[in-house]
Amino acid sequence: MKRTLIALFVFTFLIGGSVHIWGQAEPWKDVPIPPLHAFHPPQPKRIVLPNGMVIFLQEDHELPLIHGVARIRGGDRAVPASKSGLIDIYGEVWRTGGTKAQTGDQLDDYLEQRAARVETGGGEDSTTINWSCLKADQDDVFKVFQDLLLNPEFRADKIEIAKKGMYDAISRRNDEPDAIAGREAAKLAYGATNPYARVPEYATVAAVTRQDLIDWHHTYVHPNNIILGVVGDFDPAAMEARLRQAFGSWPKGPAPKDPEIAFTPAKPGNYLVEKTDVNQSNIYLVTLGTTRRNPDYYAISVFNEAFGGGFSSRLFSDIRTAKGLAYAVGGGIGTAWDHPGMLRLIMSTKSQSTVESIQALDEEIADLAKKPIDDVEIKRAKDAILNSFIFRFDSPGKVLQEKMLYEFYGYPLDFLEKYQTAIEKVTKEDVARVAAKYIHRDQMSVLVVGNTSEFDKPLSSVGPVNKIDITIPAAPPGIMGDQGAQQ
Amino acid sequence: MKSRRIHLIAFVICLSSFVFSQDLASFEKRITVKKLGNGLTVIICERPEAPVFSFFAHVNAGSVQDPMAKTGLAHMFEHMAFKGTDKIGTRDYDGEKKALQKVEDAYAAYLAVRDKPVNRDEQKLKQLEQAWKDAIAEADKFSAPYNNEFGKIVESEGGEGMNAFTNYDETGYNYSFPSNRVELWAYLESERFLHPVMRQFYKERNVVIEERRMRTDSNPIGRLLEQFTTASFAAHPYHRPTIGWMWDLNSFSATDAQKFFDRYYVPADMVIALVGDVKASEAMPIIEKYFSRLPARPAPDEATTTEPPQKSERRVVLHEQSQPIYLEGYHRPDYYSPDDAVYDAITDLMSNGRTSRLYRALVRDKQIASDSAGFSGLPGNKYPHLFAFYAVPLPGHKPQEMADAIHAEIERLKKEDISDEELRMIKTRSKANLIRSLGSNEGLAFNLGLFQARYDDWRELFRSVDRIDKVSKGDIRRVANQTFVPDNRTVGIIEFAPPPPDEHSTTVTPPQGGAQ
Repeated sequence: MKRTLIALFVFTFLIGGSVHIWGQAEPWKDVPIPPLHAFHPPQPKRIVLPNGMVIFLQEDHELPLIHGVARIRGGDRAVPASKSGLIDIYGEVWRTGGTKAQTGDQLDDYLEQRAARVETGGGEDSTTINWSCLKADQDDVFKVFQDLLLNPEFRADKIEIAKKGMYDAISRRNDEPDAIAGREAAKLAYGATNPYARVPEYATVAAVTRQDLIDWHHTYVHPNNIILGVVGDFDPAAMEARLRQAFGSWPKGPAPKDPEIAFTPAKPGNYLVEKTDVNQSNIYLVTLGTTRRNPDYYAISVFNEAFGGGFSSRLFSDIRTAKGLAYAVGGGIGTAWDHPGMLRLIMSTKSQSTVESIQALDEEIADLAKKPIDDVEIKRAKDAILNSFIFRFDSPGKVLQEKMLYEFYGYPLDFLEKYQTAIEKVTKEDVARVAAKYIHRDQMSVLVVGNTSEFDKPLSSVGPVNKIDITIPAAPPGIMGDQGAQQ
Repeated sequence: MKSRRIHLIAFVICLSSFVFSQDLASFEKRITVKKLGNGLTVIICERPEAPVFSFFAHVNAGSVQDPMAKTGLAHMFEHMAFKGTDKIGTRDYDGEKKALQKVEDAYAAYLAVRDKPVNRDEQKLKQLEQAWKDAIAEADKFSAPYNNEFGKIVESEGGEGMNAFTNYDETGYNYSFPSNRVELWAYLESERFLHPVMRQFYKERNVVIEERRMRTDSNPIGRLLEQFTTASFAAHPYHRPTIGWMWDLNSFSATDAQKFFDRYYVPADMVIALVGDVKASEAMPIIEKYFSRLPARPAPDEATTTEPPQKSERRVVLHEQSQPIYLEGYHRPDYYSPDDAVYDAITDLMSNGRTSRLYRALVRDKQIASDSAGFSGLPGNKYPHLFAFYAVPLPGHKPQEMADAIHAEIERLKKEDISDEELRMIKTRSKANLIRSLGSNEGLAFNLGLFQARYDDWRELFRSVDRIDKVSKGDIRRVANQTFVPDNRTVGIIEFAPPPPDEHSTTVTPPQGGAQ
């Protein structure tokens, strides 16, 4: 592992020779770049307890701090649609609801006196509980972490507060146009009821009970479902002994399976959300992307960098710099760890250039075939990825995070090194191939959130338009007091 | 400026010897500061954890320095600092320079007619506009193949997190590089501030206008903040938006941006911080070689007016199609004030986490808000500014309930001493927060650069904790009583107002999946 990583750095000083690709004088190429000196990123120790809990210990003695995080399999995508929002409530009340011995408020006082944190949260495929403290407080704070992991109480008063917060978020979800666009674009790419796209409603939040939270905890929080990572200023042998003592006798539990998820992208076409209080349109061209397990992932990474990544990308150079049409523009073939990401081209532009901008994005897509991404663009994209590669593991915490990700999603633990080698091998032909394979304008949905009365041309000039109604379904009676949110 | 220095000396004298002296000592060993002959301050912090480094360049000019009728210019220049130089991003600078001058001449001719109050010749205006656009097209021919060349070099050489910001008080530039590219970095950044070229200015101006539409015009909270800040300051330039008013954005020129640069990007007003796997003994000579090329220039006139005391409450109420928000602000002195740490303590007490007073009162106990906090720094903090409170009402609750609940907490602060436990918590947290901020090159470069720029001594970063350690219960009551009074208050509210009925779309065609 160490040797591979050192080898990875050799090439970094090979880049930047004085090959003059274009007509500029390029004096910066005369600035010497010495070899990068050897670097042995610290590797965490991986321990598997007999009950299946996977532990990574990563020493970092720079500062007197210790952080730990347990990631637990199972998340929002396993929640029935009728209880959408359960994971958000669980993720909050797990902590605020306290333990059997102490209320959440008591934990707040106890931890804040030590400037320490124990927090919980929920996501699409997992939930987490973490702690962060000064080294001197590790024993005090770890006790809270352990008690909360094993004995949460989910007190009812905190469930009410969490639900009210959710109702508030639902009532505000149409206030900002970029939030509307992101949400509706996901529904178009994944299907409106798909767990990666759906959003909680008043009724689904109201349907969540304390028993649901308790049941969730009993179903998922078992040692064999947990990956625990600790980083900081500790003695690894003592920390290992401590964790073995804390969790070694915790019995194994069933390992719930993730449900099968259907992906049902919307019928390709034009979709419109009318928003009368804006002077800028949010535009998305979307469809399904792919996963990182796909052997095309490396060519896709180079393509994305060249097409819609940073300052150097085509979308930025053409749409923003040359045309001045947008501040925010970007896109690419989205990839996720264990399900398809979203293929997206995104921009926001003044209402008066809405249709012009859609056509500009169309042109970028058409150009991929007419003017394929060339050698200069490929080299720049690969250089950008490879020369900045070190920032993926330039701190012990980042190395730990990477390893935990691979462990969670079942990727090889040397995925990062393999990634680098694979990127080096990507050719112009590979990039042209993935562009042709994944970017199909006729399979995309075009979403516009904007003020139609100001558009340069009616949206119908690019084809038939489906209007999306984003009216928030009314709350069941009685859940929000007398008045409720204003619509 | 003089009185500010006196405070600093006071802090140095009463430097305490608590646990942080240890960290301070460790940083003393690793930090080198040098003021170059042209006045530029360089600060290097050796942190050889991994072969990378981060830099932060701090320029002591923000939107407060925008000239009259040219709001947004400081931020506009920041965008232009990514457009390359006389060597980066052009095929022939001599030719391009002439072409860019023609653009400026054509734009001035166009504006002269556009802004005529009477007898405007519309036909002529059209011709002049076309002539200006033609001149732009000519100038673009020199640079078009090299669009974003500066950024392309940084990115392809492994630059990470390249960005910049402009606020009311200052402008900052940053990114990280592998540590073998210190000299390349020194070349690029010194070139950037030696000879920036205002190419593609008017297209970039449109990009900035889109930024305004995104952050302010099309966002209800953006609209509220702009109206609120405008109302809060009558005299001081804090009443103007950093992004700029639309008219100004459509009026200022590349010549204006160049003048702004010449006037304010003076080496003596710039601090460059470098943190990471760099040795000061090796890097400092390289930095000196490149950055000494920046010519020394006289420091700009930094006089701004001081906001006079506010004599009566001001209110702005926006009727929006969005859910309500409550915001209020009270004038407070700048960050050089001896009470600065007291305001920090109040922020922590009122806002930090679930033990904070506002969370406990409005979110946990009264259950009228989803979030509430109070904090300094609106809209900036180099000059006297606002200590602001906000609350986000839960469905069914009105902004006035937020005001009442916040005022009840303010009254408590004025009338009762805070508890020993609360005071201890504030002090413990300030120490822990400092430690937590020391673990990244980016964060350290930003903080060391900022404190060096503000106090002419990076050690103030550590001493800020000592200052909080000295805050007493009496200080908190005294400052609360001085500051949080109704006449000193500006209120900003979003009230819900339904969209006009004819505009409210009722067509129902939800996007259902399936057909592929």
